[in-house]
Amino acid sequence: MSTTAARGTTAGPAAAGHAPREGSADGTAGRGAPSLLDVRGLAAQYGPTKVLHGIDFSVGESGITAILGANGAGKTTLLRAVCNMIRTSGEVRLAGERIDGLQTESIVRRGVAHVPDGRGTFMNLSVEENLRLGAHTRKDRAEIGDDCERMYAHFPRLKERRRQQAGTLSGGEQQMLAVSRALMLRPRLLLLDEPSFGLAPLIVQQLFEILRGINQSERIGMLLVEQNAAMALALADHAYLLETGRVVMSGPAETIRSDESIRRSYLGY
Amino acid sequence: MDLFLHQILAGLATGGIYASVALALVMIYQATHLVNFAQGEMAMFATYLAWALLQAGVPYWGAFAITVASAFVLGVALERIVIRPVENSPILVIVIVFIALLVIFNSVAGWIFSYTIKPFPSPFPAQPLFGNSYVSSHELGSTAITLVVLLLLFVFFRFTPLGLAMRAAAQNPVSSRLVGIRVGWMLALGWGLAAAIGAVAGMMVAPTVFLEPNMMGGVLLYAFAGALLGGIDSPGGAVLGGFIVGVLENVVGAYVGTELKLTLALVVIVGVLVVRPSGMFGRVNVVRV
Repeated sequence: MSTTAARGTTAGPAAAGHAPREGSADGTAGRGAPSLLDVRGLAAQYGPTKVLHGIDFSVGESGITAILGANGAGKTTLLRAVCNMIRTSGEVRLAGERIDGLQTESIVRRGVAHVPDGRGTFMNLSVEENLRLGAHTRKDRAEIGDDCERMYAHFPRLKERRRQQAGTLSGGEQQMLAVSRALMLRPRLLLLDEPSFGLAPLIVQQLFEILRGINQSERIGMLLVEQNAAMALALADHAYLLETGRVVMSGPAETIRSDESIRRSYLGY
Repeated sequence: MDLFLHQILAGLATGGIYASVALALVMIYQATHLVNFAQGEMAMFATYLAWALLQAGVPYWGAFAITVASAFVLGVALERIVIRPVENSPILVIVIVFIALLVIFNSVAGWIFSYTIKPFPSPFPAQPLFGNSYVSSHELGSTAITLVVLLLLFVFFRFTPLGLAMRAAAQNPVSSRLVGIRVGWMLALGWGLAAAIGAVAGMMVAPTVFLEPNMMGGVLLYAFAGALLGGIDSPGGAVLGGFIVGVLENVVGAYVGTELKLTLALVVIVGVLVVRPSGMFGRVNVVRV
């Protein structure tokens, strides 16, 4: 197995050759406790183009699951499919309850926050307004201000720019804003689409530390899509490897990280 | 000099009406990127409702409140029932729906209330307030009401969570859904508010132009000119543009000739589109290719 084949953008024919390896062939995290998010046979398409071909995965209660894969593997689509932003089929359960087929807004209202691809900044609104929008569905108006302050504590840069139009922020600052906005929902499950994208390496480390802290202190489950496999595997407890819309491998993050052949052939580091 | 001052003040009074309708246009434009051509006829229809209530003996401010509330409900219903199904259609389809609404409201009003011109009362006294000779009570009063409406809207959009959600839904529907905003309802609410603003404008302008099914035709044109002048995607700009067009219209009417009043609106529209399509405060849309 050569390292170049794995990172290549068109891994199509190669993908079929790899049967799911390592442990849980059904692709679940395989814990005894009921999962926070449980997905079976998730398929999605853009127009006539199928992007996901029946994917099974799960996120444990307050666990972190990483979805790894190259460009075009369907990672972003997978997150969009979970919150029904595109046409999908399959079963999605949040804490045992079916949420597939619900409107995106309704899924969010059940506690699923999303740091979307492209950051989803409200460009013409101020940084503070962006944060407050994150808490739109919350009823505890009094605590929203405190939560804003907590986000500012995590990301002092945002505090400096709280009155500024969010569209004037740099890419990295908008990424911090996107993560903060999602956390303002006080979610049960946080979907993160390439949170490290556009951030300086030092900031990426800080961000992942913050995510780990929030995961532990507030028991928020996370579904993390990343190209930065090393960072993602260090944070996650479970990982799935996606190739052209199929899960080709899954298992505990620890196992995948320590398996040199997987690392070389799929993760390229 | 007195005449000039009078023309300016009277211009501000009508300008306030244009500003309100311009604001209603901008609200719908921000959410849909289309100009609601039926905005004026919706306002006219609401004004007829007020007239009918007044005929039935309802006191003025009671009729005023009922009319504004009904216009709001009508606006919401229109969005849910008529606009929603064509929301994702090509622009031409939606424009034709707007024009159809214009014609339907116009002819239904004519059918129910007839095309004869009716006087519409002003809630303000006939003699000038504060003993001034420059401006009539109605002009002063309607300007005040317009300003109160604008202020209320400003406060609503600026300082309430619902107003913030509406602004968010208009500018970024995808992200809005991801924070749990019910975008569809925000659009419907926008239509309701626009219709309610239009109703106020209709009731304020009716005593001057008299009530008839075509009374808002000119107003809509001036309001559109005002909205374009200020920037069709800028609420504050549209309001300022409305006032400017009102004053210009009056001054031109007094010193050049009333025949050129409507021409002025068209000159403003064409002029803005040629010289500065984004208006005074509008955003220049740059599309990355």
